[in-house]
Order: sequence, then structure tokens, then C-alpha cells
Amino acid sequence: MSTADAGSGRGSGTGAAPHRQDRGGRRTVASGFLFGCGIAASMVDLFIFHLGLQWHHFYDLSTPEVALAADGVFHAVGWFITVWGLFLLADVRRRGEVAWRRWAGAVVTGVGAFQLFDGVINHKVLGIHQIRYHVDLLPYDLAWIGGAALLLAVGALILWRTRPGRATG
Amino acid sequence: MGHRHGTGHGTGPPDAPGMADGLGWAVADGAVVLLLAGASVGYAVALRASSARSPWPAGRTLCWYAGLGCVGAALLGPVAEAARASFTAHMLGHLLLGMIGPLLLVMSAPVTLALRALPATAARSLTRLLRGRYVRVLTHPVVAAALNAGGLWLLYTTPLYPLTHGSVLAHSLVHAHVLLAGYLFAAAMVGPDPDPHRASMPVRSAVLIAFIAAHSVLAKWLYAHPPAGVGRADGEAGAQLMYYGGDTVDVVLIVLLFSRWYAAGRPRGLDPARSAAGR
Repeated sequence: MSTADAGSGRGSGTGAAPHRQDRGGRRTVASGFLFGCGIAASMVDLFIFHLGLQWHHFYDLSTPEVALAADGVFHAVGWFITVWGLFLLADVRRRGEVAWRRWAGAVVTGVGAFQLFDGVINHKVLGIHQIRYHVDLLPYDLAWIGGAALLLAVGALILWRTRPGRATG
Repeated sequence: MGHRHGTGHGTGPPDAPGMADGLGWAVADGAVVLLLAGASVGYAVALRASSARSPWPAGRTLCWYAGLGCVGAALLGPVAEAARASFTAHMLGHLLLGMIGPLLLVMSAPVTLALRALPATAARSLTRLLRGRYVRVLTHPVVAAALNAGGLWLLYTTPLYPLTHGSVLAHSLVHAHVLLAGYLFAAAMVGPDPDPHRASMPVRSAVLIAFIAAHSVLAKWLYAHPPAGVGRADGEAGAQLMYYGGDTVDVVLIVLLFSRWYAAGRPRGLDPARSAAGR
């Protein structure tokens, strides 16, 4: 991530051409994955569940202190990787064409991966908060974790279909 | 000091200040006015002294005066007045004084301007000072973040917060600390001024994440445990303002951090004008 690192993608793979393109390369996937995880962490939860449906609260006052600290770190990392992902995308774009389908596949994978993490670690293991209150949680948890696994599978499929070397449009 | 207990008592002034006390507050306000006026004139004088050099970006000048405006709004006038009785108004003042104001001041590159404006010998002395051990320690991201976030934790989790309402000295020291620590932190993270000891991108990233985490955890903790003398509704509103307002500034800090990384990582063969124009 340092300035030296910014150029290091150039060295891997095809050699040090000044205009190294990242068509289907690792930087595209990293950008999409970080952005996907980031928007799932920082925006989906905030806009849909806090402000939209109002199923979660700002803070449910029952969270253990360790979990509150962990939540603060997830929150900070969420915003950080959202911005990081977008700057990586800008970097790929200034070096050449962006493989948009591959990037979109990585975003879907990222959203799925974070939602899975959120549903299992945050909701169940750490107990930071639940999806909804005063209801039977099982169907909600199953829908959340199942949905996350589905997104993860779809994202992985897109990444497989757009892998480098395969002739795609 | 005699702070209020609960909002039920918060209709009148916190306590009837004596003559000497009223004088103390007036002196503190006067000092703020003088400092702001000095900073306004100083930047203008430096601009004039360096006008023979390459043009100075207008955005930087705008940042300086907008930053001073934020500091002034936090310390004088209606927000400062309301902050004596309302935690939410206090928090708005702190966003202006500790986050938005210092970031704007940092982005106006005052040190760069001073180096342009000062005569060569004075500029060399300033450079020597900036390279010195004290500045090196203070502008290290870990130290700057600890001063900034640590000061907030002390203020809100100890009796310091009610004390600032009763004592001119405590009030002035806390507000000076909030402004200076905010400036140091923004400068260490994203400052455009020359920084001979600039920390690496991974170090600054890790510190920024830790700072944002500490800020958001403190806001949630305050939501549940408002400082002594703050009512429940006021405490909850103030804590949410701290959380979402702080988040907004934090996202701006992250964007500024990465825009420097982006500019530094420009591939060879791409000139800045082309990449800035989005190819």
C-alpha cells in the first residue's frame, strides 16, 4: 500500500511495461472485493436496516463492551476499504481498460463474504446486535446467512467465467 | 464549579457567575478574538509577501479562512452560548473546533506559505524547528492520534466535562487542546505541508482506522453513559451527532489519504494532466 507498493503490481506477471494493463488482473479483483465488503459493512447495514426498515437501532444498549470495541473496528475498516477499493479501481482505469464484468463479480463476492461474516460472527458469535428484535430469529438468520452464501456463490461463478485467458466479450 | 444535575435544572444559566468569573470569561473570549484576527491578518500578510512567487492556489486561502470561521463559530457566538447548557450544541462546537476547522486549516498549507513568505534565514530556522525532535514526536501519527482521541476520552469519561462549564481555565485549556490535537492529527495524516518525518502509508492507515474506531466506540459509549449533568435525550442526540458527524469527516480523511497515495503511485509514462483529466 505504500508508494513503492503502488508500482509493485507492475512487476508481477507480464513484466514491467510502463502501461501495464490490469485486464482481469489481481488489482481489479482486489478493488471489487474490497469495495463489495466495504459497501456491505458501511452502507447496506446503515441505509437499509438502520434508517430504512429500522429493525436495528443505533445501539441496542445490551452489547458487551468487547463486542462494542470490535464493532468500532469493523465500522472503521468498512469505510476504509470502501474508499480503498474505489481508488484501486481508479488506478486500474488509468493504466488501461477495466474488465467491468470481472470487477462486478468481485463486488458481489465481497458483499456475500461480508454478509456471511456479519451473519455468523457479528450476530451470532459476538452478539453485537441481532437482525430484528422481539421476533423468532431463526428464519431471519437462515435468510441472512443463506442469502449471503448465495451471493458468494454467484460472485464466485462470475469470477470463474471471467477468469483471465478465457475468451469473453 | 457547581455543575447542573440533569436537564430538569437546565432552564437558567448553570450558576450565577460572580463579577470576577464574568470577567474571566470575557478575557477568554477577547483572547480568542485576538488570536483569530491575528491568524486572519497573518495569512494575508504572508500571501502579500510571497506574491512575487508562483501563484498560490485560491482553494488553500479559502480553506484557511473557512477553518478560522469554524473555530470562531465553535468558540464565540450562538453555538458557544448554547453549548453551556446543551450537550448537543457542545458536540456541534467540538466537531467544528476539533475536526472540521483543523482539517481546513491543515489543507491551507500554512507552513508552506510561511516558508515562501519568510526571508531565507528565518525560513531556514523554521525548517530546522520542524526537523527537530519535538515536532518529530508530536507529528507522529500514533502520538497525534493518542493526543486527539485520548483527550476526548478524558474529557467525557472523567469529571473534566462538567468542570469546563465552571472554570474558565479548564474551559480554555480543553478547547485549546482540542483544536491543537485536531490540527496535529490532520497534519500527520493528510497534511500538504512538508513533513520530513512523514509516516508510511500502512502506519497512517492503521492509525486512522484505530482513531475512527475509538471515536465511534466513544460516541456509542456516550449514548449509553452521558457525562454528569447531561440529560438522557440531550446525551443521545449529542452522541449520535458525534458518531455521524465524526464519520463524515473521517470518510473525508480516508479519501484525502488515498488521493495522496493515488497521486504518488502514478505509473511512469502517464503525465499528471492526462490522468487528472480522467484520460
